[in-house]
Amino acid sequence: MESIKDRVAIVGMGCTKFGELWDKSEEDLVVEAAYEAYEDAGVEPKDIQAAWLGNVRTAMRGSALAIPLKLEYIPISRVENQCCSGTDAFRNACYAVAAGIYDLVLVVGFEKLKDAGPERLRARYQYPDLFPQVPLGLPAQEFALKATRYFHDYGLSYEKGKRMLSRVAVKNHHNGTMSPKAHFRKEITIEQAMKAPMIAYPLGLFDACGVSDGAAAAIVTRSDLARRFRDDYVLVKGIGVSSGAKQAQLRDDEDLVHFEENVRAAKMAYEDAGISDPLKEIDLAELHDCFTITEAITYEDLGFCPRGKAREYVEEGVFDLDGELAVNPDGGLKCFGHPLGASGIRMIYEIYKQMQYKAGPRQRKNPRLGLTHNLGGTTGAYTVSVAIFGQKE
Amino acid sequence: MLGIVSYGAYIPVWRLQRSAISAGLRGEKAIAGFDEDSITMGVAAAVDCVGNIERNSIDGLIFASTTSPYLEKQAASIVAKALDLRRDVFTADALACLRGGTIAMRIASDMVRAGSATRVLVTAADCRLGAPDSHFEQDAGDGGAAFMFGDSSEAIATVVGSYSISNELMDVWRLPGEAFVNTEEDRFIEEEGYLKIVEEAISGTMNKYNLTSKDFAKAVFYAPNIRCYRTLISRLGFNSNQLQDPLFDSIGNTGAAYPLMLLVAALEEAKPGDKILLGSYGDGSDVFILEATEHITRKGRGIKAYVQSKMIIGDYRKYLKWRKILPLDRGRSVLIPKPSLKEMMRRQDEVLCMYGTKCKVCGTVQYPPQRVCTKCHSKDEYDKIRLSDKKGEIYTWTVDYGAGGLEPPIVTLTNIEDGGRAFCILADASPEEVRVGLPVEFSFRKSYQEVIPEYFWKARPVRING
Repeated sequence: MESIKDRVAIVGMGCTKFGELWDKSEEDLVVEAAYEAYEDAGVEPKDIQAAWLGNVRTAMRGSALAIPLKLEYIPISRVENQCCSGTDAFRNACYAVAAGIYDLVLVVGFEKLKDAGPERLRARYQYPDLFPQVPLGLPAQEFALKATRYFHDYGLSYEKGKRMLSRVAVKNHHNGTMSPKAHFRKEITIEQAMKAPMIAYPLGLFDACGVSDGAAAAIVTRSDLARRFRDDYVLVKGIGVSSGAKQAQLRDDEDLVHFEENVRAAKMAYEDAGISDPLKEIDLAELHDCFTITEAITYEDLGFCPRGKAREYVEEGVFDLDGELAVNPDGGLKCFGHPLGASGIRMIYEIYKQMQYKAGPRQRKNPRLGLTHNLGGTTGAYTVSVAIFGQKE
Repeated sequence: MLGIVSYGAYIPVWRLQRSAISAGLRGEKAIAGFDEDSITMGVAAAVDCVGNIERNSIDGLIFASTTSPYLEKQAASIVAKALDLRRDVFTADALACLRGGTIAMRIASDMVRAGSATRVLVTAADCRLGAPDSHFEQDAGDGGAAFMFGDSSEAIATVVGSYSISNELMDVWRLPGEAFVNTEEDRFIEEEGYLKIVEEAISGTMNKYNLTSKDFAKAVFYAPNIRCYRTLISRLGFNSNQLQDPLFDSIGNTGAAYPLMLLVAALEEAKPGDKILLGSYGDGSDVFILEATEHITRKGRGIKAYVQSKMIIGDYRKYLKWRKILPLDRGRSVLIPKPSLKEMMRRQDEVLCMYGTKCKVCGTVQYPPQRVCTKCHSKDEYDKIRLSDKKGEIYTWTVDYGAGGLEPPIVTLTNIEDGGRAFCILADASPEEVRVGLPVEFSFRKSYQEVIPEYFWKARPVRING
């Protein structure tokens, strides 16, 4: 097995505004994201040799990209891997480029969630194995179960645990205010977050990410070709994807205060990138904060802080924009929004812009390594992707 | 010889204060939860009745009710599957008739007597609806009872005799498509129906077996309401200490299950040698004469424990929504999509029997059933193991306010004693009482907003200890 490190470069990216885009179709979103990426890379649509798309709910086959972009007769594949769909599409593209099969590949992640309404998130066909024993819960249910157990195992009162989660939400909301394309752009206070209506105990409104429409795109090439397109290209340093086999549901001795899929995917990506001390070596990370508890547990799974210490680290501001390791500098899923298939590419977009010093008021001082992370599924059966990016030396 | 081998009962935990229906009304009535119906209550009563009896020893199951969810399709087959009875069990429904419970008892006892079956289980449950504000609504309650008929050598009571009459009368009925029970004018149906027929059946029984009221330690009678009951007993000449409390103020008239529930209550108090008279009503009357044996001390949960275990509802609207008499706000009324009936068939063992798998190699219990073991990865090396009759403990929980439907469900991951973990909704509980580590048992329930009825097991706080 070989590492993907430094073999693939990102030379162009695009991202639409995320949000409740009632006036835009899925095709509009794809066109906007892809054409921004073309322009950014300085390429023509005809230069694209193959494409991958990440989408969970609506797009069928490669034509979902071919039709709006008029990509003519090139190979296009759809990747569905729940909330990792975007990153996994990106991974497939990287491997094809690294293998030398293609020189220039387009990846687009997109999702239009708002047309269908919340029913889309709890459709029976999505998780038939949970019916009828578990009712049509929104995904909040899944992560609330983890929060209850996290509070229990680490002896946190509701007050203490909730304050930790609220602190994560406040951070991401603050970052979101500096993110022009984000869905939600307003500050909130700890008190607001703590008193917000309950969604799934103990998770409230501000513990949950936005349900949004949006699209994001990336153009990748082999790293030895990257300079043809631009000087400030961004290198892929590592990618890991891990799928659970329902272990945490089928085995009664599994704890629920960590996601083993997180640990495994991070290990793969760290090995690729040669990272041994993530908190020290990584400058910024886009973590899958579908719910605040997910972000908190992921700090621990990815080795950003020791087990059970998320609360201390959060309250010390370690993961703030000006902290030791900025987490979700663009507002995260919480505020940028979460159009499922688009989210992974949107995260890469933020890392890419940061590496190019184009992140405006969110800009980190000297970002060398950035990480993206996605997690989707149900207890014990999540799919997680972790990807690491860096500036060229 | 023929006897009752065991008995069981079920009363839903919920009680509607009658004063919530109309100010000044007395007492409470037992009401099924929104996730209960006659089938689920029939299962619960049967589970209580079966206890530790080997389920494979049961040759027949008869389910009695006037409120089967199906006009065409057997209900007993669901009950049999939920109880995990043998494949070659005889199943039958005694539906539509108010005296269905005693009809089932009569068929079961005749099966055993004839030697075509060794053990036959009868379970009766009802959940009848009266139009809002009707007297019928005030009087009716929900519940179930079950009896196992078998050989007298192991019986807690022998069946001494029985007597039946059939009577054609339009007094109480419900046509297809109707939700509420219709009744004809009170004076007519009481005098020409209930009082006349039960009196006739009791006197017929006394003549047939040459007995008098003095021969009975206890007399148990169905009655549509307390007023009719008082009239009946004054005419039959039993004294008050012979009469079984009809539980009007605590439970109400539970239809086809009612005389059986009262018989369970009588058996709970009976001493060896006590003779018990049971009289039902509905399109005629069935009468049974039973005599308690020296085994009478064996008891399930029965009526007494269930009467005491209750949660009060003071809001009539809640009851109306549970019974789908009032509609839900459209925003909350999320219809559960129709399941694949083929998938439902394949998953019966998992969903209706709550089977898990236990790996023969490493012993890991897994739910739902898995072909490849989660721990040692052995393929197809497992025993099926029934989890529905095990206890459990809540491992983690949430209250999902976004789930839509009637009330926010309490969703749990529950660890099962002797191994296994299951996603379960917690039934019959308020968010205030849920906690990590709460002891639970499993209870057969149905979904609320279904396209077709879907039955499955939920967890609930252990209702009665011991």
